[in-house]
Amino acid sequence: MIQRIAFLLALAAILSGAPAYADTRGDAQAQVKFGIDVAQRGLWREAIYRWERAAELDPTYAPAFNNLAVGYEHEGQMEKARQAYERATTLAPKDLQIRQNYELFKEIHDRTGAAKERP
Amino acid sequence: MTERARPKKGLNLVVGSLVAICAAGTLACSPSYFEIPIETPIQPKLDVSPFQRVLVAGFVTGGTEEVDANQETVRLLRSQLRSKSSLRVIDADVMPLAEITRNQNKSAADTDLASPVRVNTNAGAGAPSQGASDSARAGQALPMPIKDEKDMEPYGRLFANTAYWKQIGEEYQNPLIVTGSVLFMERSTQNMVTRQNERLDAFGQRRVDEERVFLDRKGYVLVNKFVFIDGRTGATMYTDNHKEDVLYSAQQNMPALSSYFELMDRLVPNFLTALSTQKVRGTRVLLK
Repeated sequence: MIQRIAFLLALAAILSGAPAYADTRGDAQAQVKFGIDVAQRGLWREAIYRWERAAELDPTYAPAFNNLAVGYEHEGQMEKARQAYERATTLAPKDLQIRQNYELFKEIHDRTGAAKERP
Repeated sequence: MTERARPKKGLNLVVGSLVAICAAGTLACSPSYFEIPIETPIQPKLDVSPFQRVLVAGFVTGGTEEVDANQETVRLLRSQLRSKSSLRVIDADVMPLAEITRNQNKSAADTDLASPVRVNTNAGAGAPSQGASDSARAGQALPMPIKDEKDMEPYGRLFANTAYWKQIGEEYQNPLIVTGSVLFMERSTQNMVTRQNERLDAFGQRRVDEERVFLDRKGYVLVNKFVFIDGRTGATMYTDNHKEDVLYSAQQNMPALSSYFELMDRLVPNFLTALSTQKVRGTRVLLK
């Protein structure tokens, strides 16, 4: 009896804890997570590749676009970053963290580009 | 022996299961976001690859006389360019550009007076000719001292004098020339502010009353125009305008030079982004 209960508990734990790799969102999440791990180690190009994959796998997954935008920003690809932020905010308009990232991005972009005046 | 071992094995399984549940719970509750420091590289606004050297020539300056804005600006920009750009900075005497502009203006007026009246054949009878209006404008005495932006405006024609800048360029072997105008003015204002007053009431308890009062504030405004000139042609490549101000309470006695550096400190990063790649540090949030 105890063995059965233990087995059921273990099974429940595995089912609830394991990521759902079977579906597209699960695959995208796995790519995003890996991207975060490598970005934290400074491997930004690999991170961008992973987040691009995630965005391809699930084009409705806002965190993938948010992270991609951060990666592009870090690499100085400002136009791509803007597009990714816009996509992320469209997918998750109420997400404060995405909005905060985008505001900070715009602040830098405007500060360094707005006063430009060509003769 | 075997009968004794059985319950222990069952207990181990239960403990193992609980550990698995805790681990699963920890995974499920792990943070869904991560703060990460980033460095955004800002590409230079100008292509300075044709130049090996830069001449910070001087600035037309105005406003308060407490700071020699021409000397200080040239000195500051040269030192910044030495440490943060790949261009070699030319050490030369700071050019008194306000005086040079006034001299150029006077010469132009004298030449116009000496030369016969120009007739614009395209203009109709009674219409003022372009040449006449130009010479009239050039003939007007430039404001001295320069007190505000309106006074500074006519001095801007110096930067469009390509022949002059080409000559300067030839003198220094065709560098990139940095020049412009600096207006550093005093400013005072009155603001409505909310002040908190602490007091003890009749029962000895601390109370905080809010009071709205007018407060005298004084400070400085810095209006900068950076002009980047191609020393080979004398033509303006790029112009960058900035305006910054700072205010202190009237009781605070802040030296003008400190305020000048405080304001320049805000402008210098933008100035540098015109010439070289700069990195802006910040923090972003990665989401899972």
